[in-house]
Parts: sequence; structure tokens; C-alpha cells
Amino acid sequence: MKLTIHHLYADMMNLYGDRGNVISIKKRCEWRSIPVEVVDVGLGERIQPTSRDIFLFGGGQDREQALLAEDLSGSKGADLRAVVEDGGVVLGVCGGYQLMGHSYETPEGERLPGVGIFDLTTEPRKPDEERLIGNVLVRVRAPETDEVREIVGFENHGGRTYLGDTEPLGEVVAGYGNNGQDGTEGARHLNAYGTYLHGSLLPKNPWLTDQLILNALRRVDDSFELEPLDDAVERVAFDSLADRLR
Amino acid sequence: MSSEFDPRLSAAILAARSAQIASRTLKTGGGSTMPGVVARRVDPKVLTKLSQRLPMGSAAITGTNGKTTTTRMVSKILQTAGVRAVNNSTGANLVTGVTAALVSDSSVSGKPASEMGLFEVDEASVPKVAAEADLKLLAVLNLFRDQLDRYGELAYTGKVIASAFVDLPPDGTVVLNADDPLVASLGRSTAKAVYYGVDEPNLDTGRLQHVADSKDCPVCGTALDYETVYMGHVGLYGCGNCGFSRPELQYRASRVRFDGARGTEFLLSTPKGEAEVRIEIPGLYNVYNALAAAAVAGESGVALGEIVRGLGEFGGAFGRVERVKAGDREAFLLLIKNPVGFNEILRTFVTGADARNVLIAINDNDADGRDVSWLWDVDFEMLADAKSEGRTNGLPPFMVSGIRADDMAVRLKYAELPVGSVVPDRKKAIREALAATPPGETLYVLPTYTAMLEIRQTLSELGYTHPFWEDK
Repeated sequence: MKLTIHHLYADMMNLYGDRGNVISIKKRCEWRSIPVEVVDVGLGERIQPTSRDIFLFGGGQDREQALLAEDLSGSKGADLRAVVEDGGVVLGVCGGYQLMGHSYETPEGERLPGVGIFDLTTEPRKPDEERLIGNVLVRVRAPETDEVREIVGFENHGGRTYLGDTEPLGEVVAGYGNNGQDGTEGARHLNAYGTYLHGSLLPKNPWLTDQLILNALRRVDDSFELEPLDDAVERVAFDSLADRLR
Repeated sequence: MSSEFDPRLSAAILAARSAQIASRTLKTGGGSTMPGVVARRVDPKVLTKLSQRLPMGSAAITGTNGKTTTTRMVSKILQTAGVRAVNNSTGANLVTGVTAALVSDSSVSGKPASEMGLFEVDEASVPKVAAEADLKLLAVLNLFRDQLDRYGELAYTGKVIASAFVDLPPDGTVVLNADDPLVASLGRSTAKAVYYGVDEPNLDTGRLQHVADSKDCPVCGTALDYETVYMGHVGLYGCGNCGFSRPELQYRASRVRFDGARGTEFLLSTPKGEAEVRIEIPGLYNVYNALAAAAVAGESGVALGEIVRGLGEFGGAFGRVERVKAGDREAFLLLIKNPVGFNEILRTFVTGADARNVLIAINDNDADGRDVSWLWDVDFEMLADAKSEGRTNGLPPFMVSGIRADDMAVRLKYAELPVGSVVPDRKKAIREALAATPPGETLYVLPTYTAMLEIRQTLSELGYTHPFWEDK
């Protein structure tokens, strides 16, 4: 029962240490003897879902966003949408998150179409507005367990994202989140997650990594459980940052 | 080139002098930019006026990595060649710092003591400095992702730098790193470009590191084909779509041989001939710095023999690479700025099994970059690979420190590397790390910028070094 990590545009969307998310999932599977494979999906290549998948879609620079928007405008975007509706796991960070909405407008005013997984749009920073930069603490209610958990990360984005009929991933405790105004951060629809938090997100928040792994493996075996790991090192790192932000 | 009495200029220089004395007295940190701010307030044209009085004009050096080292290498070469140059060597690299350097070099009547200006300039400040400082030469070393929160995006930074080329005179020169595609592409907008690069197939890492910043053609956006990758996105490349490729080199390093932490030798080829060069500082990135320095000096009219001699006598720049004798041990400080530099340090010192005692100190203050996600772009996995393939004699546990010591520990854990003690406090960490280093051995200290300042301060308190404004 092998888990496949599909790293979308790994060669282009590699800003802000998104590679840490891949490493985190991979190691936490390996440490539990769950076979895991990483597949890079580049421009012009179709996604090839198995049945136990996590799709990672990271952040990039504006020029790259335009190339990706074009690449996703055809069957690839439709395939990804279908995966999500079928309960597949997707994590979009920053630029990837923005492209999972309806549209994304570049600072030059070009409106790029998104994949439409989330009901949201992203507008560029206005000339009198700052980029939204800094450490973030977010409170998340996980529907799986109905527990309230926290995630930390770092955000750095000019675009302002406004949610329509999509649940946010969580509420901002410290930092800016989707737009710096409405207190929401990220988006969640079924097992698709979108967020502005990098830094890297998953190594800092191992419970979220495990939730993605569990989401992916439970599609095939709904009684699947994960062995607990010793997360003492991660917990100390989480607490030292979270305590600064509270 | 006027040198007649200019009362406003003299008033500006006098005002700057008193500001400098006040700032030194108050020990506000070397006083390196304040006099520039004050002088510019009294005479906004002070930089233009003074730089026009330099008989040999000025050269500026910019880029993400190696500005300070390269500037100091050129400075050493000019000194060897008997050229008096004024430079802003303490890292004050905005227009105010450049102004301050020239002001403090000039007499009250506005006559510079030096013949030439040599400035390291922050990427975003290049247009302003070029517009005011009467540059004859501008060198662009490389463009890596580094503190993205300050500048936005790399392609934009490239555009900003290139916008300054028109301010150079018709006989001016733009020195560009041919092996960095984005930097090389800037030469397409000027007839003044001179290129440098490395030809050494043995240094091919065989893979684009995960940190590679511009793997796409800067001209048309297609993925570049790499024949050789030296580090990050730096190498021999070509675009299969539009034909853009690494330009022909005027300054070239080949037959590069590393001598561990002690130094590097290579064959330097220039338009005026070839010579063997030895530099006393390690790592491929310093070969690039030396090449850039050779090109800047060569294009400023310095003979090849003086270039070779100057490079050979160069001892390393403050804080970037520094050896400090600490009693019967040695501390080797290697500043970490970004993933590419970090990878180079790991490749040079740790994979070579040279380093048995290592302290990594990661801060996240503004000057370090507040975002520590770049730690995940550092190729620690290369160490784990080297270990499992038996290419090192076992890796030492790394001691970690800094405000983000815990994040560093997590990073090492996920690379399956041994973590030593985690001591966030920098002062405590350097003391403990030195104590844990056996006598006669070297402690390798890998700090980010502000962690380096704190560690240096502690070493200084222990009697092992001097405060930086005394550093020459």
C-alpha cells in the first residue's frame, strides 16, 4: 500500500522551502514503514493518480504563475478538480493556493484563470498596500476529530484572497492570513487544503502532516490508523515560535 | 572635473565630519553611514561633485553573494598596483554609505585623497548610485534568492540593475557573471558587457540543487538545458527554444584545485594573458569572487601580474570567512546568508570530513531574513547521502544555536543527521562549543548575520578578536 506524493511543478514552484513539505510527508511515512514515492509533475505532464495520493502544489514567482495557469487551464486542471471531488488529498501553498481558486490577478493586472477547486478569488496588492509578511499562528478546527489545533508558519504574499462559499482552513491568531482583514486563513474543501503558510508548513506542524497521510490512506482503508511518532523536537520548535506570537 | 572652491560642498563635508565624531564618541556602531546622511542633507549633489573629482572614476560591485569579499579583493589588487582607492568596506552599501566613504576621504575643500572609488552596492541601490557616482564600471556577481521579503522577485531585481547601465559613459564597462543565466541576460541590453566564468568540468555537481532560483531561460521562459551545474543555478547552460546561452568569456578560471580549508588554485585567463592564481580562502564561490575581482581590476587597467599578486595576498573579508585563534583551539567563522552559500560550506568542509566540531547558529532578525523556510532548501540530504555511501568518516553531531535553534534541530532530524546539544543562547553556545572542541582542533561556526555579530562579540569578550570597526 504505497503512498504517492505528486509534487506539482517541483522544478518551478520551489520558493520558500516548499521542499520541506515533501520531506516531511516522506520521512513520516518511512519512519512508519509505509512505502512512499515522490513523483514530480512538470509542465505539460498529466497527473496520474493511484488511489493513495497527496498532491503538493507550492509557491512560485509571478512569471511562473502565468505559465502554470495556462498549463492547468485544460484537462490537467479538470483532472485535479476531479481528484478533489473524489476525496483526493491536495495541499496548495501560497502561489499554488491562489491558483486553486477561480482567478488570480497579477500585479500587472493580468487575470489568470484558476483551477476552481475553491470558491475564492485573489486580487493584487494595491499601490498603497504592503506585502503581507511575517510569522503566523492559526487556529484550525479539524473536522476529522472536531479538535481545535494550531499551526504556525511564515507568510509572504502581495495578493489578497477573498473566500466565497468555501470554508477557511482556520482563523488567524497572529499574522495576516488571506487578506489581512477578515481574520480567515486558507481554505478547505473535502481533502483539499490551501494556505499562505510556508516556512515550511508541514515540518512545523506534524499533526497536519499526519492528517494528510491519514486522509490519503483512509480513502482505501477507512479503519487505517497511524502509529504515533516521537515528536518532541518538533513540539519544542512549535512552542518556541507559538509562544512568541501569542 | 571642477576642483574650484564650492562653499556648499565644504559645508556638507564639515557637517559630516562632526556627525562622524559624535557617532564614534557615542559608539553607535562605527559611524559608517550617518556622515553620508548628514552631508547629503546639506548638499544633495555631494556624491556627484566628489566622485567627479576622482581622476580614475569609480567602480561598483553588486549582486546577492560575495559583494564584500570581491570589493576587498579588488581593493587589495589596487593597493598592490599602487592605486589609491576609497571604498565603503564596512558593509555600508546604500547611497548614504557610498557618500560617507567619499566624504571622509576628501579634504574640507572637497579634494579626494584617493584616485579611484570602489564601492559595494546593494542591488536595489544600484540605479541611485549609478546616477550620482559617475561610475565607469559596474560588476554584477550573481542573483540568488536572498531575503526575498526585501526585494520582491529576482527578475525584477535584474531589471532594476540593468536600468542603471545607461548611466555609464560610452566607454564604460559592465562586468557580468556569464555562468548565472539571469545576470548574463542583462548583457543583452548593453554594448559594454564583459563576461567572466568558470570552465572546469570536474566541478559539475551533476544536479540542479533544490535551491536553484532561475532554471528557466530569462529571455523566453523555457527550461534551460544545463551541460554543467557548479552551484545553485550557476553553470554552463543553453536554451533550446530561443538560443540564449552562456556568453563567451573574457575572464575565465580553469584547472580549479581545492586545497581544503586552506585555499584554492586555478588558471586565470584574461584578454592580456594567462597566469596561475592561488587564493588563501576556500570554496568555489571564492573562485567566482576572485574572477570578478580580476575582471574589475583588469578592466580598470591593472596589469595581470598585479592582479595575481593582489589575489595571492588577500586574506578574507570580515565575518564572511574568518579564522580566530581561541587559545589552543581555532574558531573558523563562515557566514551563512542563504541555501546556496550553506550548501557550498557543507560541500567544502563537512563532506570532506575536515570538520569534526560544528556549531550552526540561526537567527531570524531582519538582517538574517525573518523567514527561515530556506533551511529546507539547504541540501543536508547530501551529507546523509555521503554518510550512507561511506564518503565521510562519520559525521559529527552538529550543535545548534540561535533564535531558531529548534527549527534547525527539526531540519537535521528530517535529514536523519545527528543533532548535538540545542543551545539557543549564542553566547552560551559558543563558549560550550569551544569547550567541547579538543585542544589543537578547529571549531567550525556557521552563523547567520546577527548570530555572527553576537558570536564575534563573545569571542571578543573572551579576548579572541577585535570589534569590527577596527578590522582592516
